[in-house]
Amino acid sequence: MRIKDHPILEFKDQKPLHFTYNDTLVEGQFGDTIASALHNLGIRKLSHSIKDKRARGFYCAIGNCASCNMVVNGKPNVRTCVTLLEEGMSVKTQVNKGVLYD
Amino acid sequence: MNLLNKNGVPSLEQIKSRFPSKELLLTPKAITECYEEIPCNPCSTVCPFDAITIGEDINTPPVVDFDKCTGCGICVYNCPGLAIFTVQENEEHLLFKIPYEFVPYPNLGEIVHAVNRNGEIISKAVITKVQISSRQDKTVLLHVQVAKEYLHEFITVRRII
Amino acid sequence: MTNYDLVIIGGGPAGLSAAKIAAEAGVKSIIIERDYHLGGQLVKQTHMFFGSEKQYAKTRGIDIAKILVNNVMDYPDSIEVMTNTTVVGLYDDMVLTLLQNESYSKIKAKSIIIATGASEKFLAFENNDLPGIYGAGAVQTLMNVHGVLPGENVVMVGSGNIGLIVSYQLMQAGVNVKAVLEASPTIGGYKVHASKLKRLGVDILTSTSIKKAIGKDKLEKIIISKLDNDWNYIEKTETEIETDVLCISVGLSPQSRLLGMIEAKMKYVPTLGGLVAVINKHHETSIKNIFVAGDVCGVEEASSAIVEGCFTGLIVSERLGHKHQNHDKLYNDFKSQLQNLRSGPFGKKTRTGLEELRRDEFVK
Repeated sequence: MRIKDHPILEFKDQKPLHFTYNDTLVEGQFGDTIASALHNLGIRKLSHSIKDKRARGFYCAIGNCASCNMVVNGKPNVRTCVTLLEEGMSVKTQVNKGVLYD
Repeated sequence: MNLLNKNGVPSLEQIKSRFPSKELLLTPKAITECYEEIPCNPCSTVCPFDAITIGEDINTPPVVDFDKCTGCGICVYNCPGLAIFTVQENEEHLLFKIPYEFVPYPNLGEIVHAVNRNGEIISKAVITKVQISSRQDKTVLLHVQVAKEYLHEFITVRRII
Repeated sequence: MTNYDLVIIGGGPAGLSAAKIAAEAGVKSIIIERDYHLGGQLVKQTHMFFGSEKQYAKTRGIDIAKILVNNVMDYPDSIEVMTNTTVVGLYDDMVLTLLQNESYSKIKAKSIIIATGASEKFLAFENNDLPGIYGAGAVQTLMNVHGVLPGENVVMVGSGNIGLIVSYQLMQAGVNVKAVLEASPTIGGYKVHASKLKRLGVDILTSTSIKKAIGKDKLEKIIISKLDNDWNYIEKTETEIETDVLCISVGLSPQSRLLGMIEAKMKYVPTLGGLVAVINKHHETSIKNIFVAGDVCGVEEASSAIVEGCFTGLIVSERLGHKHQNHDKLYNDFKSQLQNLRSGPFGKKTRTGLEELRRDEFVK
């Protein structure tokens, strides 16, 4: 959910950006990081712990903790909290440590 | 300092110590509720009447010269801790100027809840002015009319939704 | 490999301030910032800052960030900026390796200022990894930078300045803060921040901590408990609070890992936040020409980071043969500003920490 009115900040309407989340077409906006766009869509679980598959999500927002790692445009271990959203991005939940293709 | 350290609420004694004598409140005066030594001095630098003193060591709590203070309210919206307000005692009511940083702003003439430092509703109050200017940098000054018995209790308002 | 007179790692308040002073003295520098924006943590601070006029007191953090960035933009020929770039290696021969997206490069520096700031500490309790449990800074980023509400209800753990300020900012954004939990018997941050919250009806519960988080794949409720004087949970004092967001604000830790790569002399000083470089009075580490400034050399406030950045910029400029035309005056001014900021009771922790650090000071 977006904040509309704020006592200090002005949130102007931003250009919508379309991307896919696990192959479903969804929407964010210009200025979003991938993680903030997903958060706005109500998606809380961003990854899993490797061994016990415990749900993990947004935590530090500065690219330190790796809880938000996802596969973006085929590339694994992308820290979605510090990666700006782009039109047409493909964002997928990562399985285990991710796979790098040649 | 005890209860203030535990829950952020000063004692009545602490509050009264920041007020001038009653007769001086016939004109508005700034009440600086700054009880701790923290490195901060904007209230003294912005006062156009040099009524607030902090000195070289910026950890010193501010001291208001009530003879110089006109209750203009400039210190109120410049205090980073929102710890200052002005108060004036008229024949019928008290008139406070408090800092306010929430939306939507109350309206002129609106009846609101009067709230004490514990966050408890103590009575009703009336908004007599909603003062905004670019100089205030998003901190609104609400002019609030409150019943006289709440001189040391009233601190802020809450809109009645 | 490009050679630089001065490489500044970190584009927050300390790094930006160092670049500006250096540019004034005629020194060319490059700021390397791993995030996509400059300004560090200031870009999400909507509150007015404390300190004195020299450290932009009464100006909102977001506006201080703009001022500091504009100061740097005033010197396009002297200050180069690389964002989205992580310094992944720092070597003895003053070579730095950089990674910007897929691109890897090497640069060499005559002098380096490490201004990498600090990051939030974590707290150990059952199910602390549930989505919905965020660092307080993360919540600020969501609501103040992206305009996204973190949730409906929040419980804040930690009553230091960050915990108190973020709780207030949550209320401003329309989120309900149910309580602030503080493990100590007294509130950690400035009481004026606590008073602002109390007025809004937020409970500040001292001698209380989080025991357990509960939820299926996301936070649904928490169990809190009272603590005794030895930080142990007191039996039978547990309470349940329903909440979808839990904010952890239990202190910051200097991001000093790069210094380990060049084997700079380090010391673990809890009052400064953790592992910091042993430095001399000019903020130089045990490695010649490598300096530190800001939270990475001791967690304080942004006001101190700005002054430390200015100070190291001044020192480095002289070292590089470009003594600032107001060197002596500024040197004394920066030292006295830092002293002033640290002289009160809230500065005690830093003073104690610096004393402890100085005991290891090496002679140069």
